[in-house]
Amino acid sequence: MITDTAAEFDVRSRLRLEMMPHFLCPGCGHGIALRALLWALDELRVERDQLAVVSGIGCAGRLSAYIDANTFHVTHGRPLAYATGLALARPELHVVVISGDGDCLAIGGNHLIHACRRNLKLTCLMLNNEIYGMTGGQVSPTTSESMLTSTTPLGNSEPSFDACALAAAAGAGFVGREVTRHVPRLKELIKAGLAHPGFAFVEVLSDCTEIFGRKNDLGSSPEMMLRQKSDIRPSAYRDSVDTPFRSTELPTGILSQNQRPEYGAAYRRAAAAQRAANAAKGKP
Amino acid sequence: MNAVDKAFSPQSALRLLSGNHACALGAVAAGCRFFAGYPITPSSEIAERLSRLLPQAGGVFVQMEDEIASMAAVIGASMGGVKAMTATSGPGFSLKQENLGYAAGAEIPCVIVNVMRGGPSTGMPTRPAQGDIMQSRWGSHGDYPIIVLAPASVREIYDETIRAFELAETCRTPVILLYDQSIAQLTETVELRAAKDIPQVERKWASGPREAYLPYAAGEDGIPAMSRPGAGYRVHTTGLNHAENGFPTQNPEAVARNQTRLLTKLEKHRERIDAWETVQCDDADVLIAAIGISACAAARAVSLARARGIKAGLFRPITLWPFPETALRAAASKARAVLVPEMNAGQLVLEVERILGGKRVRGMQRYDGEPIAPAEIAARVEVLAKENS
Repeated sequence: MITDTAAEFDVRSRLRLEMMPHFLCPGCGHGIALRALLWALDELRVERDQLAVVSGIGCAGRLSAYIDANTFHVTHGRPLAYATGLALARPELHVVVISGDGDCLAIGGNHLIHACRRNLKLTCLMLNNEIYGMTGGQVSPTTSESMLTSTTPLGNSEPSFDACALAAAAGAGFVGREVTRHVPRLKELIKAGLAHPGFAFVEVLSDCTEIFGRKNDLGSSPEMMLRQKSDIRPSAYRDSVDTPFRSTELPTGILSQNQRPEYGAAYRRAAAAQRAANAAKGKP
Repeated sequence: MNAVDKAFSPQSALRLLSGNHACALGAVAAGCRFFAGYPITPSSEIAERLSRLLPQAGGVFVQMEDEIASMAAVIGASMGGVKAMTATSGPGFSLKQENLGYAAGAEIPCVIVNVMRGGPSTGMPTRPAQGDIMQSRWGSHGDYPIIVLAPASVREIYDETIRAFELAETCRTPVILLYDQSIAQLTETVELRAAKDIPQVERKWASGPREAYLPYAAGEDGIPAMSRPGAGYRVHTTGLNHAENGFPTQNPEAVARNQTRLLTKLEKHRERIDAWETVQCDDADVLIAAIGISACAAARAVSLARARGIKAGLFRPITLWPFPETALRAAASKARAVLVPEMNAGQLVLEVERILGGKRVRGMQRYDGEPIAPAEIAARVEVLAKENS
C-alpha cells in the first residue's frame, strides 16, 4: 500500500544544509530522486551514522555531497566497485550507490553486471536522464533513438540500453524502475530495494530539462514530466503525453526479485565454518 | 603466535618460501584484513595465498571483475577503516592508476604490490623486468605524493610488506611494493619475524566533537586524522580538490593550501620512510646504484671487482620513492664514476644523474627478460675504474 506521508517527512533532517544552494539546474529531476531516497531511508529508520553513500562522477554523482551521512564521491564509473569493498569490509553499514546512466552503464557497465551477479547487499540507484549532462550533453547509452545531443547532430542512431533487463539477466536480487513524476511510488520502490537482502538495482527515469530537453524541444520541466510514462494522464496535456520521447514499452515498478544467497553473508558463513573446523582439529 | 599460518609457529621459524608467498604472510602479519585482486602473472600467488589466509584471520578476500575494480574495492575497504591490499603486474598496474591517484589525493591508506614483468603492453608475463620504476612514481595524472618500496630478497619482501602497511596507515598514503618476477618466484630459506614482534600500527583516528573535526586539517606532521564510518563524524570524501572540511572547492587559496600540505607531507617523515643498503661504499671509487634483482647481481659484482683490486661499492635504495638522495650523495662522495644497471631502457639512471649532477654516471641496461649477470656488471665496473685512473 502506498501512503503519502510527504508532509510528515522533513527532508532537511537528512540534508547537509550548509551545502545549499545545490548545483542542480532548474527543473532537473535528480532532486526529486534524492528526496525520494532520503524519504525511503527515513521511513526505514536508517541511522545517518550507519549510512554510507558512494557516488560516481556526473550530475548524479554530485548528490552524495548533499546527504548527511558518510559520503564518498569516487571515480567515474567505479562507485559499485568502491561500495563492494566498503560493504564487504563493514557489513553492518547500510551502503547505497548513486550513479547515472553514463557512470553505471557505459564506463561502469562491467561493475554493474558483476555486482548483479555477485548479489552483495547494496542498493544502486541509477538516475537515468539519457544524457551526459555535466560534460555538456553528449549521447549516453540510454539516449532514446533519433534524439539530438551534442555528439549526435544527426540524431542518435544507437538503440538505448534497457538497464533493468540487463540487471535482471545478470542476476540482481531486486530490480525496479520508476519515474520522478510519481514520488510516493518512487519512494516505495526505493524502500523495497533498500529492504532487499541482496543487490538491489533501482532505475529512476529523471529528466534533464536544461540540456537534453532544450536540445530536443521537449518543453519545460513539467511538460517533460508529463511525457513520462504514467497511468495518470490529464486530458489537457494529451498532446505532450502522447508524444513521449522514451520507449513506452519500459515497464515500471518492481520488475524482478529473487532470493539468491547474499554474497557477504555466504562468504562470512563459509569462513566461520572453516575457522570452527580448524579449531575442532586443534589447528591454530 | 599468529593464529593464521604455521609459518609463524616457533617450531617452523625457518621456511622455504617464495617472494610472493612471503608477501602474503607479511600482509596478514601486518594486520591486512582485506584483499581484492584480479589474476595476473607473475603476482597471482599472492592472491591465492591470501584467499586461504584471510578468511581464517576473520578478513575478506574477493576476486573482482577487473584490475580497476580491485583497486577501487581496496580503497573502499580502507575508507571503511580496514587495512587493505591488492597485487598486480604491469598491465594491471596501468589500469589501477586512476584509482591510485584517488587514494593519493583523498589520502586513503592502501598497499599495492606490483610484480614487474617485461613490457610494454602484455610484454613477457613470465620474465622479469624493472620497467615500472618511473610509472610507480608518476603513473597517475596530476601531482601527488607516493611511497614505493623495492625489496630485493624473499625475507626483505616479508619485512617491507609489513613496513608498507605501517607507512600507508601512518602517512595516509598508498604505498607500492615494487619487485620483479625473479624475486617474486624465487624460493629461499628464510627466518620470519614472529608475528608477536610485529607491532599493529593504526592510522590516526579522529577524536573529539564532530563540530570541531575538519577531515583534511593537519598539525605539524601534515597528516590529517581519519574518521571511521559509524563513528559519528559523517564526512564527505571526494577526488575533487577539496578544502579542510572535505568538500569540493575551487577557491585558489584553499586548493593551494591543501595541495601544498599533501605534496609536502611525506617530507616531514623522511627519517622513517627512507631506507637503503650500502655495500663497501666508504672508499668506493666506482659506485653501483641498483634495486631488486639487479642489486643482487651488483652485490656479487662488488666482490668480483674487489678481488681484482678495484674499489667498488653498492648503493641499494630499499625505499625507491621518495628517493633517498641524501644517502646516495653520501655513498657516492668518493666515487669518481657511478654505474646504474637496470632491467629497462634507462630509468633509475635518470634519477641518479639528477641527484649526483656533474658526476660521471653511466647506465647499463638489459630489457630482454634476462637478469643482468654479476660478471657483466663487474666488467663494466672495471672499464669505469680504468677510465678513472
